[in-house]
Amino acid sequence: MNTMSSNISAEAGVREENEAVVPVAEQKPEDTVIEEGKTVGKPFADDPKYKLRNVDVSYGNDRAIKNISLDIARNEVIAFIGPSGCGKSTFLRCLNRMNDSIEICRIKGQLLLDEEDIYASKRDVVELRARVGMVFQKPNPFPKSIYDNVAYGPKIHGLANRKSELDEIVENSLRKAGLWNEVKDRLDATATGMSGGQQQRLCIARAIAVSPEVILMDEPCSALDPIATARVEELISEMSESYTIVIVTHSMQQAARVSNRTAYFHLGHLVEVNDTNKVFTAPEHELTESYITGRFG
Amino acid sequence: MTDRTEQAEIVRRSLKRRYRKERRFRAYGVLAIAIALAALVVLLADIIGKGHTGFLKTTITLDVEMDSERMYLEDPTNPDEIRMADFVEPLIVSLAETLPSATEDDRNALRGLINPYASIGLRDKLVANPDWMGTTQTITFLAHSDVDVYVKHQGDKAYSIKLNEQQQEWVNELQESGLVETSFNDVFFTSGDSRDPARAGVLGAIVGSLLVMFVTLMLSFPIGVAAAIYLEEFAPKNKLTDFIEVNINNLAAVPSIIFGLLGLAVFINLFGMPRSVPFVGGLVLTLMTLPTIIISSRAAIKSVPPSVREAAEGIGASKMQVVLHHVLPLAMPGMLTGSIIGMAQALGETAPLLLIGMVAFIVEVPEGFFDAATVLPVQVFLWAGSPELAFIERASAAIMVLLAFLMSMNALAIWLRKRLERRW
Repeated sequence: MNTMSSNISAEAGVREENEAVVPVAEQKPEDTVIEEGKTVGKPFADDPKYKLRNVDVSYGNDRAIKNISLDIARNEVIAFIGPSGCGKSTFLRCLNRMNDSIEICRIKGQLLLDEEDIYASKRDVVELRARVGMVFQKPNPFPKSIYDNVAYGPKIHGLANRKSELDEIVENSLRKAGLWNEVKDRLDATATGMSGGQQQRLCIARAIAVSPEVILMDEPCSALDPIATARVEELISEMSESYTIVIVTHSMQQAARVSNRTAYFHLGHLVEVNDTNKVFTAPEHELTESYITGRFG
Repeated sequence: MTDRTEQAEIVRRSLKRRYRKERRFRAYGVLAIAIALAALVVLLADIIGKGHTGFLKTTITLDVEMDSERMYLEDPTNPDEIRMADFVEPLIVSLAETLPSATEDDRNALRGLINPYASIGLRDKLVANPDWMGTTQTITFLAHSDVDVYVKHQGDKAYSIKLNEQQQEWVNELQESGLVETSFNDVFFTSGDSRDPARAGVLGAIVGSLLVMFVTLMLSFPIGVAAAIYLEEFAPKNKLTDFIEVNINNLAAVPSIIFGLLGLAVFINLFGMPRSVPFVGGLVLTLMTLPTIIISSRAAIKSVPPSVREAAEGIGASKMQVVLHHVLPLAMPGMLTGSIIGMAQALGETAPLLLIGMVAFIVEVPEGFFDAATVLPVQVFLWAGSPELAFIERASAAIMVLLAFLMSMNALAIWLRKRLERRW
């Protein structure tokens, strides 16, 4: 036993040595002081879909989002990147009030969708979510048939009066999600029997079945293999014509491939927002540069 | 390099030790299961060993002459004559004729072989067939319960035989000529309780149990599930709901007899409901079962993966739609399993029912929720405490009936769970 543990620490020592070999910048990126509420780049847009000002989110005493202001333009794909725990998912979930079910979560600031406050006391969260669809990290189809999964949203919102209308919505949604040809012969099969990539595309079909204006995607490809990921990314590119898409991702390549703009989050701050190619070629902020060059994350 | 080999040696030695530990650990588990199984086998063997004879009845088959003089009966269609007539006498006479060593003067000893209720059987047959008067018919009637015990337990020290030697000899003779037989005890399943073991049955108790269970299920399942859904999905998390939660958990641990006292004080004394009726029994058992159902239903709701809930919320389902369309279907198997386990507990419950008077001696099979009734476990309790030995084996037989009910309920629970279970 003794020998084993000493062996482990020896290994750790080797790793430290290796790190020491790499030349370090004089100032570690972690030490950089970020001025609250200050974002470099182009956080604002004309006539935005989402107008978010001084957003502050806290879980009990922990401030997860610190004074963030951002505009999300119409029909753009904006990617949120940043190291784990930087608040990008929390921020995303504010956009359709998915944080409502967490009791200790407090949200301050102004969040406007088409100039209407989404956290207004009279605001109907069901109506909001019909307009802002969401795709989650892990594919989460309902344990029902493929057809029922897609038809569920239109059904509860009363979007179809007849079975034929519903059939049409289901077919269109599945076509848009690039899934129709794979599943058209087994619409009655349970959705949980599909592959992970198919399940995630089914979730996307389910989200677009209610014709939302915005689609929020929380790391939609993190549970998928590269081929399934490529298909979903292709799908995002196709959808960007008709939807505003906000995507949280850990993969910088993915952000670079699918988004128009990229927002870099760091410890609850929004550090930099800019056109995607600008962020990845000439980042303005040193933290962004450290992150995209892989110095931490 | 020596370090490596040394280390490998150490690992190998520690591996050996680990495997030894694992084997020992597994042996403990096997031992525990063996003990549990042995206890179960002993229990079942004892109950079946004692009780299987409860499913058998002893009958005597004789050619009986319907002599109107001996029976003081001319016209079986006349109710007055029927009431005054003697239906035991022809049986005694027939026995005396069949047994060479017996005379009609041994009347009392012979009467001891005939079940007191055999005369009622004969009366009913005669009323149904008035033209039997004056003829000789082959009649099969119940033997006295002392004969029953003697026939089933000859040479068994545990059962004291109440027949005298003369009677024993007669029974032996009858058995040799095949006139005394044991056959399946249909009486046990078609009649209620009786003072005479040979005539006692569990039908009244079974019907009583079913009525009580029906009331319990109809009340406790909806109330329990609704309470669980409210507490889990809608209730704000504050001091009050914490207090309620703690108290529900406490209620699950309250001895069941306390619920009986509560039923006596509230339902019977305060609300003036009748005693000994299945409706009140059901109410009391509902109180007892509710905590179990609430706790298991809450656990079932909690175990619904949050991803399903999120998916529904993300599409814009309202709180109620999330619960009705997604949470409930997924939680249903767990809820049903919990409820059936609660019902099985209630089915086997005796103590609270004693207090609300369901321990009374009730001969009639109950016909409704407000008829006096008893239930299976109470019937077992009543018979097990009887002095007649023939009741002991009937108590064991009733236990077997109760166990059969419990097992079929558990089987139903498993089947329901398997059927409703969905994968995600």
